[in-house]
Parts: sequence; C-alpha cells; structure tokens
Amino acid sequence: MSDLKISKFNRHHFMENYGMLFVLVILFIVCAIVSPYFLKVENLLNITRQVSVIGIVSIGMTFTILTGGIDLSVGPVLAFSTLMIAGFKDYGAIPAFLLAMAMSLLFGLVTGTLITKGKIQPFIATLGMMTTVVGIGLTYSHGHPIIGTPDGLSFLGQGKLFNTIPVQTILFALTALAASILLNRTRLGRYIYAVGGNEEGSRLSGIRVDRIKTSAYVISSGLAGFAGIIMANHLNVGEANLGSGMELDAIASVAVGGTSLAGGRGGVVGTVIGVIIIGILNNFLNLINVPGYTQKIVKGAIIIIAVLAQSMQSNRKK
Amino acid sequence: MSDQTILQMKNIEKLFPGVKALDNVTFSCRKGEVHALLGENGAGKSTLMKVLSSAYQPNAGEIWFKGELFRHTDPIAAQKAGIGIIYQEFNLVPYMTVVENIFLGREPLMNGRLIDYKSMRKEAKKLLNGLGLDLNVNLKVQNLSVAQQQMIEIAKALSMNAELIVMDEPTATLTDREIDFLFGTIRSLKESGKTIIYISHRLEEIFEVCDRVTVLKDGKTVGTEDVSNLDKDKMIKMMVGRTLGEYYPERAHVKRGGKVLDVRNIKRSGVLDNVSFEAYEGEILGISGLVGAGRTELARAVFGADHIEDGKIYLDGDEVKINEPLKAIKMNIGFATEDRKQQGLILGLSVKKNISLTVLDTILKGGLIQPKQEKELAERYVEILKIATPGVDAPVSGLSGGNQQKVVLAKWLAKDCKIIILDEPTRGIDVGAKAEIYNLMRKLADQGKVIIMISSELPEIIGVSDRILVMHSGKITGEFKAEEATEEKIMKCATGEVA
Repeated sequence: MSDLKISKFNRHHFMENYGMLFVLVILFIVCAIVSPYFLKVENLLNITRQVSVIGIVSIGMTFTILTGGIDLSVGPVLAFSTLMIAGFKDYGAIPAFLLAMAMSLLFGLVTGTLITKGKIQPFIATLGMMTTVVGIGLTYSHGHPIIGTPDGLSFLGQGKLFNTIPVQTILFALTALAASILLNRTRLGRYIYAVGGNEEGSRLSGIRVDRIKTSAYVISSGLAGFAGIIMANHLNVGEANLGSGMELDAIASVAVGGTSLAGGRGGVVGTVIGVIIIGILNNFLNLINVPGYTQKIVKGAIIIIAVLAQSMQSNRKK
Repeated sequence: MSDQTILQMKNIEKLFPGVKALDNVTFSCRKGEVHALLGENGAGKSTLMKVLSSAYQPNAGEIWFKGELFRHTDPIAAQKAGIGIIYQEFNLVPYMTVVENIFLGREPLMNGRLIDYKSMRKEAKKLLNGLGLDLNVNLKVQNLSVAQQQMIEIAKALSMNAELIVMDEPTATLTDREIDFLFGTIRSLKESGKTIIYISHRLEEIFEVCDRVTVLKDGKTVGTEDVSNLDKDKMIKMMVGRTLGEYYPERAHVKRGGKVLDVRNIKRSGVLDNVSFEAYEGEILGISGLVGAGRTELARAVFGADHIEDGKIYLDGDEVKINEPLKAIKMNIGFATEDRKQQGLILGLSVKKNISLTVLDTILKGGLIQPKQEKELAERYVEILKIATPGVDAPVSGLSGGNQQKVVLAKWLAKDCKIIILDEPTRGIDVGAKAEIYNLMRKLADQGKVIIMISSELPEIIGVSDRILVMHSGKITGEFKAEEATEEKIMKCATGEVA
C-alpha cells in the first residue's frame, strides 16, 4: 500500500464526487463577473430561499433514485400537503402540520408497498400515485385553492432568522444535513446504497430489500410533504396542482448532482450542488434579462451537458 | 458420412486475463458427421465454440471452413458463412411469432419495402416440416415448449443455410420423448449432409447419436476417437485422467468434531429431490457434480435464498426454519455465491463497505456507523486474508478475481460464521490465488468451522475436501472419503452411471 496509490485514488474519488462542485464554482464566478447584482448578499440569500422547496423534494428523490427507483408522485404529494395545511388551519398549527406529514408518509408507504409487494415498476407505480393523489386533492378542494394557513406556521415559509437568513434556507440546510447523516452514517443509508447497487447481492447479505425500498419511498414522500408545508406557508395557500412538473425538476437536480439513475451511486451533497446550480442559473438568466422561452433552452442544454460530461468521464474510466 | 473435412481448427489458443482457456487446441469435423465435444466443466468446450462462432477472437491458430481460411470478426459473418450455433439459452424473442423469429433481421421484402409475410410463412412451414414439426407458424414463441423453441432455433439456423450446426447441451431441459424426437431430427439433418457438433455431458447420448468424439481437458485436446471404439469407462478416463496439482493444502490436522448441520429430505420440484446430508465441525465437505445437478440450488435452499417445499434442517441438533437469507446469517451460516459480481459483492461499494455489510450492527453507536471502527474492521480482514487493494476505501470492482473472492470471504468471516458455503470459490482465479484460498479454507476448518465447497473441478474437490458428496439430477448419488475418491468414481456418480 504505497502513498502514491492512495493519492491517486483520492483524486479519482474527488473528481467523481466533486466534479459538479467545480462546475458550480465556475458558474458562480461567471455570474459574478457578468452581473454586478449577482454577488449582493440579498440576491444570494434569495437564491437559497428560492431553491429550498425544490431542494428538499430533490433530497427525497435522491433516496428513491439511489435504490434504483424513481418517485414521480412527489409533486402531487407536495400539493396535497399544502391542501392539508390550508384546509385544517382552524384546528391549529400542530394538528395541521402533523396531518400533512402523516398523509404524505402514508402515500409513501402505499407507493413503497405497491412497488415491493405488488412488484410494480417504480416508474408506473409512482405515475399511478401521481394521478391518484392529484385526484384526491382536487376532490377534497373541489378544484379550488384554499386560502390561508394556520396561525403560528407562517414563519416556516416567510420567516427570517436575524431578519436576514430565510427560515426556508435553514430548513433546506438542516434537511440536507440530516439526509446526509442518514445516508452515510446509518445502517438504513448503507443498505439503500447496497440495494441500489445489487439487489440480489443485498438479499443474500441478509438485507430485507423490500423494507429498505419502502423506506426510501416513505422518506421521499415525507420530504415532499414537508416541502409542501413550507410552500403553503410561503404562498399562504393550498392547491391541488401546486407541485406539477416538480418531479422532473427534482430528477434533473439529482442527475446533475451525479447520482446514477441506475442506483447505488451518488448522494445528497451532489443533489444539493445540482439544486444550487439550477437555482443560480435561473437567477442569473433573469438578472441578465434572458427571455423565458430562451431560458428553457439554456436550462435544458445545461442539464444535458452536465450529465453528458459525467457519462463521458465514467466511460473513460472503463 | 464422407471423408471430406468441412472444419479444421488448428492450434487454437485463447487467453483470458490470468487464464489460458484454450491451449493449442486442434479439432476437425468431417462433412455429414455428428461429432461430440466432451469435457469437464471448464475444459474449454464453450470457449472453443465461441471462437468458432467468432464471438471470441483467438490469440493464435487458424480455422479452415469448407476449404477456406476463415477470418471473421463478428458472429453475424460466421452465421452467413454457414455456421449455426444453438446455445443453451435460446436467442429467441418470446413476444414475436415463430415466423418472425426465424427470419428476424433477414425479413424478405416485397417491392423492397414491406415485409413479405406470405413467402416468409411458406418458407418457415417448409423448414419446420423438414424437421418433422407441424406447427402454426403464427404462434408466439413464448407459448411453445422448450423442445419446440429448440426446433425453431434449428430452423432459424437452416434458414441461414447453415452447414455446420453446433448444439450446446441440447437435451439439458428436454423430456425423454422430446430427446428421442431431437435425435430423429439430428439423424435426418445428418442424412441431408449437415455436420453437427454435439456438446453434452450425458455419455449415453453420445453413444446414441454421435459418430466421433473429441475430448478436451484443461483447455487442451486429449484426442479424437470413433465412438464405436470406445466404451463409457474409456470416455471417462479420457475426460479426467490427469495428475493432481501440488498446490493443495495438507489434510486436516484436527479430527473432525460433532455434527453441526443436518439436512433431511429437502425437496424443491424439478431441482432437489429428497436430499439429505450432514456436515461436521472442522471438515471441508466437497459437493461435486456437473452443471445443473442441483448443487447451487442445494446451497441456496440451506441458506434460505430459495423456498423449499419439504424437508427439515437441523443446526446443532435443533430444528430450524430458514426462509430468508437473513435468518441463515443470524444462525451464522455464510454463503459465498458462485457469481461474485452479480450476487456476492456490491460492486459499486468500497472494499470496506462490502466487508462490513453483514456486521454493521457491531459498529453502531447511537444508531450511527463509527467510521473508525469500520475502517479498523476492514483493515483487519484485509491483513488476515492478504487482500491486495490500494486501500479499504478502494472500490471492490477494481480488484482482481482472487481478491474479490477474498473480500466475499472476509464478509462472512467478519460475521463469524460457523458454516461457510463456498460455491465455485476458485472460478476465474489464477493458480496462485487458488492455493491461498485453499489454505485459508483449511485454516478455517482447523479452527472448527464447517466448510462446504461446491466445485466442478474434480482435482480441486479431491485435493481439498475431507469428504465428498456427488450430485446428479437433484439427488445425491455418491459419498466418498477423500482418500478413497478418484476422478473416475466421482464422474460415474456425476453422470448418473452409478446411483
């Protein structure tokens, strides 16, 4: 075991895990040079707040993708959570919060059970749940938005610590920290990587694969619900269609962050970087007045280039 | 049968990393004969056929086919030249019809645009009738029996004007009646001038349909003989007669202890037929047999990876129910699978994380994995087993086969398993690493563990085991003490000659 070998390995390790960090730094520098407003503290904090909701959803998505699955139902689960918060505002902050969380976790449990016990492919199971949950939300709200949130919860969406740092940003950071510890330091986390990397191998190592997968969907749904609570309090409204399209943004963030859609590789740090890259890009394109339609082209191209770069790097390795 | 040589493979050599799979192999077929290719598992039969089909490129040697030097770089060109290979795993698309499968990729066109189904169907019917099969060609292949699918494969080869047809273990999954039908087909193909290379472990079949036999052993040609000059004993001797290597460890220093595992009459339809055996503390129990005899299935059943329909398992005298691997592992049974990459390891994870996977609970503190303890644990086993790796954080996918196998072993040693089942532990591993694995197995047995080794290599089984069980068709057909076992005796039980 020579020192040379170890340092070689670490560089490799570094590029695999932090290649996107490098991209983020470059993007940051370019933005700072082109737009003088970009570097203002107010703007930077605003970016972190803007990406918090999608960031929390993306962290949840990371769990299901790591198991080799996917969760298309996060948008509707988020939306349903906003409806619960708004619809049960009169019962008080804590009951509304708990109800929103409980329903989200329940949706995740149903999804996970469909996938593991019903042996339905995650794509289809969550696609079905996506439509079903939107339907339940529309039925519950008769298709109308529900205005208002419980007293005492609005700080989650609108609060600022020391009047500067958005509470949303703090919640995003805490979620990322907790998810990172969960994935890297607990048995569940390790098993999620193992199952995503090799399902049969995991089973033969004594891992209860079904439970691990189900847990991933419960976590994904739970975080979508939590993001919904933040969103409802930010917008002061609950609506059944609020999260539409969010699942695709979350998948894009996870992919840009370097997590393999085949499962078993990647992690929360990458996802956070992916989320921030896309967030900065959005902010920057607005700052320099790129028209909305063009923004979509640029964003799509950047996502493809980022993932293409990763795939080329891993191909070269082979 | 004419004396005209249709195929000549001269001095073929094929190297894989660390292994010489084919070493100066010479093999030739006459036009219109059925030529058996015989050898133990791993003797090089499949590799030779892959070289023939151009799926592999040989490192040295030449192939002459129909009097011309044969130089193709891909299987499609070899097919066009007239070589058809029917593998054990069929290359059919189950959701497509018989006729679509036969002409897949070579559909005749009408006016150069649309697929000409009419002439395709006509041609397919003619081909199948020629094989003695009366079948609706519009049926989907998934609705056909295995034997019928095999006929479709043959028809497909004939539709490409194959003159030489290789059949790899064609009877492995057929019933007796289907086998008779296949033999009829083989004979009529032969009469129409086709040449057939027939690969099988079942000696009786070779006497029934083959004209000549070539035996391979350890990647070398042993010889070619007319079947009429041979009997089964001679054939078996050709397959196995060789000297044992000298790299096996000394036998047990310690006398074997008490009975640990007792398996009684376990059954699994079509796979395990009333299998009973015992395993004792401190012994290496070898399980021999040919591919498909049910050895891996037996291990999987004991380990709880597959469901068993009937039978009992006793551990230290107590009956236990093992219905999932987790239960087996909790009872300190470890299983190093045959297929390291697909089942034994999580290739994307590091050496460290693979080793600790079964023992995470021992390095938890407050629900969190302790990185320092995990690293120490992994480093301990890397040292004990002398695993060559740049570090415990290196991805396990980068290690050599022998070192990957050691990581699998480390995983079960870390769990302190009492019983360790090793399925083909030295497959694809170079000679030096093999010796290390054998020594390790012996050391573990001397420490009082129960080692159960499944192996297709006879010298290995005889050289390493204290006691040997032989399986054939889901049954145990023989049991030998190491000192009385010979390759001939084992082969007789493994081919079902002695029950």
